[in-house]
Amino acid sequence: MSSSRIAAHVRDIPRSGIRDFFEIVQSMKDVISLGIGEPDFVTPWHIREAAVYSLEKGKTGYTSNLGLPRLRRSISTYVEKHFSVEYNPHDEIIVTVGVSEAIDLALRALLNQGDEVLYHEPCYVSYSPTISLAGGVPIAVPTRAEDHFTLRAAALEKAVTPKTRVLMLNFPTNPTGAVMPLDELEKIAAFAVKHDLIVLTDEIYSELTYDEVKHHSIAALPGMKDRTIFLHGFSKAFAMTGWRIGFACGPADIIEAMMKIHQYSILCAPIMGQEAAIEALERGGRSVERMREEYRLRRNFIVSYLNDAGIPCHSPKGAFYVFPDIRGTGLTSKEFSFKLLEAKKVAVVPGTAFGPSGEGYVRCSYATGMDQIKLAVERIADFVRS
Amino acid sequence: MDGKRTLPLFSFFIIHPSSFILFPMDSLIRILRNNSAIPRADLARQLRLSEAEVSAKITKLEADGTILGYQAVINREQWDTESVTAVIEVRVTPEREGGFDRIANRIAGFEEVESVYLMSGGYDLLVIVDGRSLREVASFVADKLSTIEAVQSCATRFRLKTYKENGLLHALEEAPERLSVTP
Repeated sequence: MSSSRIAAHVRDIPRSGIRDFFEIVQSMKDVISLGIGEPDFVTPWHIREAAVYSLEKGKTGYTSNLGLPRLRRSISTYVEKHFSVEYNPHDEIIVTVGVSEAIDLALRALLNQGDEVLYHEPCYVSYSPTISLAGGVPIAVPTRAEDHFTLRAAALEKAVTPKTRVLMLNFPTNPTGAVMPLDELEKIAAFAVKHDLIVLTDEIYSELTYDEVKHHSIAALPGMKDRTIFLHGFSKAFAMTGWRIGFACGPADIIEAMMKIHQYSILCAPIMGQEAAIEALERGGRSVERMREEYRLRRNFIVSYLNDAGIPCHSPKGAFYVFPDIRGTGLTSKEFSFKLLEAKKVAVVPGTAFGPSGEGYVRCSYATGMDQIKLAVERIADFVRS
Repeated sequence: MDGKRTLPLFSFFIIHPSSFILFPMDSLIRILRNNSAIPRADLARQLRLSEAEVSAKITKLEADGTILGYQAVINREQWDTESVTAVIEVRVTPEREGGFDRIANRIAGFEEVESVYLMSGGYDLLVIVDGRSLREVASFVADKLSTIEAVQSCATRFRLKTYKENGLLHALEEAPERLSVTP
């Protein structure tokens, strides 16, 4: 079969690095995985129960393209309370199939062919391909271990061109767990204003911050609301990955444009997930609190263990990943991950899966039970010693 | 006290309720309430303390009566199918001095009594009694509990099945499968 059957812009997108690794891990038995980017918690029972109840009541139809009005009102209240930005549930909020769809909609709604999009790296694997698929040009801005992988406005200044249209942010960050200090976030806001950029901010991990770090959204900074699309969802904080519910909040004209694409390609997010999401927002605080505390303890454990084993590991303030420095082993990220898997049956993800600037690091997820984490780090310590 | 042994697996521990207010040790207590069998070394890493510091904190909590003991949570249906548990609603006449305390302590002193709580509402004391048989519990209620002078009435109910105890479900749930590597 000739590959020319496939559209060129799709053919040119490289296969995800994580995918190759996944297939090897899947083919092996008894692997302990620190490679999983989703909570190990099952969706809290009160949320599942609410979804079951909605099914019993026969709520199985389409919803408004923008999402259930009650969910949009709940989102509006939640975002105002936790992020200090007000959005009108009538025309400034759209419910999507996960944040992934919201990112895609926003980029397709904003980009003309050849427009450049800045994003910080290492980053979530889908940013660059999604930009390319929307006709944009992805421009990675590396972040540095010395800065704990936070983004510097100075680094953005070096990468911006007259063609730059959009800046993508993801704090707390997958894979590094980085969070942005307020003063630097203010500089980035000023940078966006200066160059007249739209900011696309994926804040999916925002509930998961530790050590009294308060999460700040760039959308809440003065003058930013009108140029920011705020993206959030239920997968991480509420342990609802499989429900596929996210949302975007932004200026009405952009939400309207995103809705146009959404209504013809998706129609609406599944109603079951939307019903569950209402329960999550209105009564999920206690469950989030419990999971966050558990993540914090696991992070402390894994950071302490790795450092004692001679693998330098900063203690990130957000998300559920640590990003240890494995350069001391003399191996590349990929070599380290494959050899560790082979020798000790522990899966971690090579830092380079999240962009070239992840070289020298691996991502370890602590969204896994403490007993598994303990076994995994013991084996990693053994591996590094030998 | 012999209750202070650390027991394997599903253990929990008993603390004095006032400790929630008095001690800034929330994390330590939360972890121990869920799993008191956790090794000290793991506790230390989770709390970013040294092992010695953790031990000192626990010793203090034990000494001041915040931690009263460590027990395993047992699935009785698996281990001991004969014994019975009675939940007894007791109405008592409070005393002019001391209210319910002296009577409650008197009831609590019996070995058969597992727990005693002062309640609001239609009765005063909730007494949980463990016995090896129905007959043993009946005899305790008839001979001991109901003959205490201040006790006006007892309404005894028997536990039929346990679904959840101390935050633990009795039916073990199968962990749902997750993909082994995801972005």
